This record gives sequence, C-alpha cells and structure tokens, in this order.
Amino acid sequence: MPSRTLYDKLWDAHVVHVEPDGTTLLYIDRHLVHEVTSPQAFEGLKLAGRKPWRPDSILAVPDHNVPTADRDKGIADPISRLQVETLDANCREFRLTEFTMQDRRQGIVHVIGPEQGFTQPGMTIVCGDSHTSTHGAFAALAFGIGTSEVEHVLATQCLWQKKSKNMRIRVEGELGRGVTAKDLALAIIGRIGTAGGTGYAIEFAGSTIRNLSMEGRMTLCNMAIEAGARAGMVAVDDKTIEYLRGRPYAPQGAMWERAVEYWRTLVSDPDAAFDAEVEIDAATIEPQVTWGTSPEMVVPVTGRVPDPAGAPSAVKRADWERALNYMGLAPHTPITEIRVDKVFIGSCTNARIEDLRVAAAVVRGRKCAPNVKLAMVVPGSGLVKAQAEAEGLDRVFREAGFEWRDPGCSMCLAMNADRLEPGERCAATSNRNFEGRQGAGGRTHLVSPAMAAAAAVFGHFVDVRNLQ
Amino acid sequence: MKPFVQHEGLVAPLDRANVDTDAIIPKQFLKSIKRTGFGPNLFDEWRYLDHGEPGMDNAKRPLNPDFVLNQPRYQGASILLARENFGCGSSREHAPWALVDYGFRVLIAPSFADIFYNNCFKNGLLPIVLPAEVVDQLFRETYATEGYRLRVDLPAQSVTTPSGEVFRFVVDAERKHRLLHGLDDIGITLQHVAAIRAYEQRRRQDAPWLFVNSAGVENS
Repeated sequence: MPSRTLYDKLWDAHVVHVEPDGTTLLYIDRHLVHEVTSPQAFEGLKLAGRKPWRPDSILAVPDHNVPTADRDKGIADPISRLQVETLDANCREFRLTEFTMQDRRQGIVHVIGPEQGFTQPGMTIVCGDSHTSTHGAFAALAFGIGTSEVEHVLATQCLWQKKSKNMRIRVEGELGRGVTAKDLALAIIGRIGTAGGTGYAIEFAGSTIRNLSMEGRMTLCNMAIEAGARAGMVAVDDKTIEYLRGRPYAPQGAMWERAVEYWRTLVSDPDAAFDAEVEIDAATIEPQVTWGTSPEMVVPVTGRVPDPAGAPSAVKRADWERALNYMGLAPHTPITEIRVDKVFIGSCTNARIEDLRVAAAVVRGRKCAPNVKLAMVVPGSGLVKAQAEAEGLDRVFREAGFEWRDPGCSMCLAMNADRLEPGERCAATSNRNFEGRQGAGGRTHLVSPAMAAAAAVFGHFVDVRNLQ
Repeated sequence: MKPFVQHEGLVAPLDRANVDTDAIIPKQFLKSIKRTGFGPNLFDEWRYLDHGEPGMDNAKRPLNPDFVLNQPRYQGASILLARENFGCGSSREHAPWALVDYGFRVLIAPSFADIFYNNCFKNGLLPIVLPAEVVDQLFRETYATEGYRLRVDLPAQSVTTPSGEVFRFVVDAERKHRLLHGLDDIGITLQHVAAIRAYEQRRRQDAPWLFVNSAGVENS
C-alpha cells in the first residue's frame, strides 16, 4: 500500500461507496447533537417516516441556549426554552442518550465528547457545529455539518463527501513561558489567513504538538475551522491513549487492548505526501491578541493595532478600516493600552480544566480592575466545574471578583442571556471575534485564558510573560 | 429540493471579504425550530438600524439606507456578488435558508467557506466560484450599470454578462446532477442500503469496539 497521511487512513477506513466523480458515501461513527441545529433535522426525519439509523452512535446535549446562572429556575426566554424542550422531546421519542440541562455531565458538546470517551481515535465524528474539528485532537476525522446533513446522518449513518486535500502544519521547538496552544492557534491563523485551510484537512505535527496536552491539542484543532479547514487533527500517541483510559464510553478490557492496537496505527506514514506544508518555529510565538473582526486580524501582545494604509490589498484595506471602525480602535495603538469592559473565560476552545487552572494561577491573590464591569468563568462541562471546585479554583476566581457560572456556550455566541452590550469591549477565550458575535455592537478580542485573566486583573491587555 | 437549471436575475454587490454566517443570520434567529422565515432577518445587523429580535414586525423596523440590499436599484436581486471566503464561521444552515428565503438563487465569489458551500447545494442555492479578477470586473460592471443582470446556466456551467461575455465555472459532476434534478440526498443514499449494511458488518469484525457501548453491551 502506498504511504498515506493520517487523514488518508481515516478517510479510507470509512468509504462505503464512491461515485464516478469521486463523491464518496462516508460512514459516520459518532454523531453529536445539540439543540440549535437539530430540530429541523428531526422534523424532516419524522415527516419522511424515518428513524435514526443507529441510536447508539448519538450523544445529545443542550449547550447553546442554556442559562449559566439560576439554572434551577429554567430558561426564561420562551423561544430558547422551546428549542431545548424540542431536543429533550426528540431524544425521548427516539431513545437517544441525552445529558439534559440538569445532568451533572451536561456541558459544551465538544467538551463532553472527549471527556466521556465518546470521542475516540479512528472515528468519523460529526455534529451540526463547525467546532466539531475539536475532536480531531484524538486522531479522529471530525467536522461540522449543516442541518440537512444532520438529518442525513440520522437517516442513513452516512454522508456524501468529497475528499479534502492534505495540509501539514509542523510546529517545532518549545513554546515560551506563558505562551499556550491558543496563542499558537491564533498565530497560525494570522500566518495562513482565515481561508488558508479552505479545501484542506490539516494535520498538526511536530515536537511542539507532541508536547501539548490533550487539552492544548483540542484548543488547536478547535480553531482549525477558523483557518478555513473543516477538520484539524493530531496523530495518536501515548497521551491520546492515556487520556481515554477508563473514560465512561471508552472500550474496556480485551476490547480496549484491541482498540489501542489499532489506534497506534493512526499516524501519517513517514514518507506520506502532503499537498501543502507549513513550518512554524514555536520559539517565535508570543501571546496573541486579535484587534479586528476576523481571527486573522491578530498581532502579538507586544505589537500595535495595524494601519490600514499598510494592508496588502485594496479589499483588505477596506476590511481593516471597517474593522477598526467597528472595534473603535485607532491605528498604531499599542495592544497593551487597550482597556476592556468585560472578560469571558469559557467556550469549546478554552473551558477545560487545564484552561481554568492556568487562568486561576494568574488571578490568584489579585482582584479584577475597577473598570472591568463583568468577569466570568463558564466551565466547559459540569464535570470540569466539579473538578475545578474540588481544586478550589472557584474560590480563587470568586475572591478576585469573577462570576463562577454553570456550563454552556454562553457568551461565545450569546444565544443565552450572557452577552456584550453595544460598544462594550471584551477579552474572550472563545474562537470568533466577528461583528456582533458576543452581542450586537460588542467588541471581542480573542486571547488565551492566561491573557484573559491578566486583562481582568489589570483592566487592559498585559503581556502575561511579565507577571510573576 | 427545488431544481436549478438556468437563472437570469438582478445582481446585488456585497463588497466585503470574509462575510461570516453570524453576519448572514445573527444568532438570536437561530432559536427558531423551523426552516423558513429567515429572509426578513438576512444580514439583520447591517440591514436595520435597530437591534432585531425574533417576533418583531420587521416591516416596521428602521432600515439602514447605506446597506446595499436596501438601495432601490438592488430591490428584487436574486444573484449576490461577494468577495473571498464568503460564508466563513459557523456551520448554521440558517445562512443559506435566509439567503434563499430572501430570494437569492445564485452566489458568486472568488471563494466560499467549505461548510457553507456544501450547505448551499442542499437548498437549491448555486454558489459559483470565479477568479478574483473576474469577480472584480463583475463588481465594476454592477456598480456602473443600474439594472445589471447575469444569466447563469448550470448545464453549460456558464455565467453570461449583458454584453454577452461568458465565464465558465467548475462544479462537481455529482453536485451538478443532484441540483439539476432537485434530487434528495437521503433518497439517493437509501439506494445504497445494502452497501451500508455490508460496511457495518465488515467494521464489526475489524473494529467491534465502535459498536459496543459503555456497559459492554453490543448495540443493534
């Protein structure tokens, strides 16, 4: 057999049927379902008199609309409530596993999949959510789909796909102190652009990636979609396997041994060919802060807001001008002089236990700055929250003036009550700084958890590398 | 799905790159459990001067006169001309639903984000990729000529300008076939049930843990 990339191997293992033009019917092993992109799919399924092909392949959870405070009072917004109740009803009707809003395992769909061991190497994993790329950290082929495709997977356990091209982003060397997977993700997007990965599946490789924890790899793969790639992935190694050992949905006993034997093969062959290669030197990466309304509008914390006059093209210049106008920023402003009104630590990018530990370490013994109106921590899942509380992290945050909330997507996209008001500026550990993303007129700066925590304490961006 | 063969229509220019699906249809409208009715909220934050919420009477909301789709000359547009990386961000299919509900049948841009591009085909909306310099030319011609229309022919894979200039575009054979005939993907897939079952049987042998739940019980 010719040399293959990890992506080639994952693809080949799931081919059911191929049309003459290469369009492929691909088998789907796991289907994660949330309340926003599934109601129309279930409705379509029922109207056609169909049922889910493989109920055991599905794990459902409400996350986008759920409140992060006073959860026992239910959801105040009747439209949000109906959407969550619709998911509950569909899961009951078709006997699907759902972690409901009251379940202690409830959380952001991309946090609970890995946490439960429902996400495993070698799988195809889909969800009606673009950040499904997160699960690629486990050497799975995981990508976001639309609602028509959600219905298609429910009905047939398959999807029609054209194979993407292979891209490898190889990162070598050690990340500096205070520099995290989030900074690496933002630096990569800054380098290749938000469309740099369009049409590709990205494998992240190199010594820096191998040294990342599974949490860090998830952060990186999570943002592959922000580089335009539907799927990001990392090869299997000991860390992957150790992370999964003993998780509730992971294989057990003899089956575990058999699975591990297979998982070990999920690496790119040494001489496999990639259609595109990007090399990054980890030592050159500094903590990153976005200044605009696209994740590619990013500079190191030591930098300044760029001048549109220096943009590489007329289209970009117009974009930069529009972005600066929206963000209320002047060219050449040092990043560390940008003051924030709110701080959001959460999202499927950065709400895992490691993220909360890093942020708490910055916050410990300090207080939020007076100009910070709201600083909130939204753990990625009920289990992350419980673990953080067992470690006393909630007290660290609360004593500093942070709000300690219940798990959900929260202010990453502001579908629930957590949002920015027009003109408010936020340091956010989430993944998108689009106009209005965190609330109409809200201004988002994407940063790592440590950088967000530091911004809360100082009231403006600071270089975490300078903190003791 | 509505078949797409030929379409001739008025062109509206949306002259900005990286238009994301949050901009196409903001999140508050994603709370709907229906597939229809998103058109009035297409580009909501750009299109209206006030903040939109579900349930509002959109006919009574103040329009932003500067937004391109509100200009009289572009009323009734069914072809949207856009810049690179159109449809980036969230996978929400509400974005193509909103574009279709508004009345668009064709999108033309130098590039589209992958998930969005794919979602368009599921909804009878044809996304056409043309080289950046051609798109530039179309923007210039659209601005210069009120009532500028394009003719799109899917079987011929061509876009024809009012002056008769023809640009060819590429589309996957299978996507083209399904769009031309308005075929339902699920219906096609269910013709392959035997192949899916055979795959599952083979996979159960090779990788049985994929079919075993946490309690070690084999599932159907």
